[in-house]
Amino acid sequence: SAPAAPRQRRRGGGPGVRCWRGAEARAGLGFRPPAHSHSDWIGPPDKHSNLRPIIFYVPPDESALERRLREARQEAQASNQRFWARHNRAFRQEKEEFIYSRLKAKGLELRDESGQKATLNAEEMADFYKDFLSKNFKKHLQYNRDWYKHNFRITFLMGQVALVRALRRQNW
Amino acid sequence: MFREETELGKSLEHQKQLGELGGLSLKKRRLRGTCRLFVWHLRNTGVRQIPCRFVHLYHVANNRLITFQYFNFLKRMYVTRCNKDLGQRAKPKSNSIVPPFHELQQLDQEKKVVHKISPVSPVHQSWSETSSRNELREMKSAAETEDSVIPVGAESKEDRRWKEMKLRLDDLPGILARLSKIKLTALVISTTSAGFAMAPVPFELTCFLLASLGTGLASCAANSINQFFEVPFDSNMNRTKNRPLVRGQISPLLAVCFAACCGIPGIALLALGVNPLTGALGAFNIFLYTCCYTPLKRMSIANTWVGAVVGAIPPVMGWTAATGSLDAGALLLGGILYSWQFPHFNALSWGLREDYSRGGYCMMSVTHPGLCRRVALRHCLALIGLSTVAPVLNITTWTFPIISLPINLYISYLGFRFYRDADRSSSRKLFFCSLWHLPMLLLVMFTCKKSVLEKEDKGDLPGGSNEMAMEIRLP
Repeated sequence: SAPAAPRQRRRGGGPGVRCWRGAEARAGLGFRPPAHSHSDWIGPPDKHSNLRPIIFYVPPDESALERRLREARQEAQASNQRFWARHNRAFRQEKEEFIYSRLKAKGLELRDESGQKATLNAEEMADFYKDFLSKNFKKHLQYNRDWYKHNFRITFLMGQVALVRALRRQNW
Repeated sequence: MFREETELGKSLEHQKQLGELGGLSLKKRRLRGTCRLFVWHLRNTGVRQIPCRFVHLYHVANNRLITFQYFNFLKRMYVTRCNKDLGQRAKPKSNSIVPPFHELQQLDQEKKVVHKISPVSPVHQSWSETSSRNELREMKSAAETEDSVIPVGAESKEDRRWKEMKLRLDDLPGILARLSKIKLTALVISTTSAGFAMAPVPFELTCFLLASLGTGLASCAANSINQFFEVPFDSNMNRTKNRPLVRGQISPLLAVCFAACCGIPGIALLALGVNPLTGALGAFNIFLYTCCYTPLKRMSIANTWVGAVVGAIPPVMGWTAATGSLDAGALLLGGILYSWQFPHFNALSWGLREDYSRGGYCMMSVTHPGLCRRVALRHCLALIGLSTVAPVLNITTWTFPIISLPINLYISYLGFRFYRDADRSSSRKLFFCSLWHLPMLLLVMFTCKKSVLEKEDKGDLPGGSNEMAMEIRLP
């Protein structure tokens, strides 16, 4: 794969500069795919959501169907990112609070003599896991529905785009 | 067994725990020794063995060894992975993420030189990437002195982790192997062949190969669709975060097409090349796994029972492929696999509670821990019962429940320890025991299989007595 060139803080386009949309524009990620590349680029997992951001390539001759596909993918990416970033942050926070409250109840300090953070063992954490899962159950159900809808729609659009491209190539 | 890999996943192994490996290879040697023992036993009992059956035994035995090898490999993975996940961290997960292609970064270095140049300044943009390296080096040094270029430093390391989403044909086999969970598929094929081997009919190689191939293709299809449905959830769980769809190595459309290209020929092969019953079972299993088990994982703990049925169907398919009918023997074999799933999966899921909780998976180990351990123990004991039913149904001789009693008792003992102690070490012991318990049980079952000839003697098979009469008449 072709890795990126050194980052340039050049904003805005210019003649001959390919256009990318997606995570970069919103999250202010510095990565810019090389100018010659005509494909999407996928990055390392986001540290909050663990999802990999994609920078979508916009071809100059993008058809309406292709645009719908790209926008569907962007929308799904944004929605997934929002959900998981918030969810994982909540998990971490509630876990810390739980550990803190349990340690306090046991009369222990948050850090032991060596300065290491005190931990609870798996069986003590089990209560927290059960509680967290049941609290977020409805949220997950809703997210599942949304995710399946996005996934099917994107795949269907991909199929349509691929079919149109194949037919176009046939006709030429 | 279709769904095991979902939980276990494939992982990039960086550490080889030699001590564990040593222990594993010892077990493998022990198994080989056991296999040889059984062969010797057969030779010496003076049972009327057709030579090809002997070869068959070796084939099946080799199958078991191959299976066990896979188990070994999986076990190696599990040990390492479980060790990594062992500590319950109180502090937030560290932000450092292992770059996915870190082993390829050396290769990337060379290409990096080529692409560094192009967007540096308008003058250089017209350069093609295929310029000679010397010229590039000169340009690179010239470029680095320009003010408009930000020094490479930390940013390029981050940038290097961005990958072009372009499918390369030479990567495709590896990607498809991971997408179809090829190792799990191999395990599924081996349980199907166990079902085929246990069927009380003369062995037919063509039918056996067609059944194995068809089941393998069906398994590939089901696993691909499962991964297609689970991309964001897989991203958030440690064992599954390196799957092809998560990494963007393949598009969802291609994953679905691959599933169709495996599933449709696979089911057609089973339905037309073997028999319609096997084809129907295969199609039903794909449906059960992709449309029932996968969504249910996030809705209710009932998914474990559905998943156990999914794992039980392949040996039933093997049996129906051989005999063409769904009889008691098939159901018994299915029952054994069904019961086996519970100690296997419940023990495994005990160590994954944090990931399940955060990922939103409804598993017994998280929501009903007591039930989780009770069910595991219950089904360990059920294995003893099912092994005893086998000779009653005329599938095996009475030596089977006797010889299998030690291993069944051992897994039940570990199940009891898990039930009582409810800690990570007992869950791991039970899980690892389940990995060797199943192949050993199937092997013992096969060696104790009631000979087809014995049945003919008793006139159990139709037409058998006529053939016997014929033999007597001939001088």
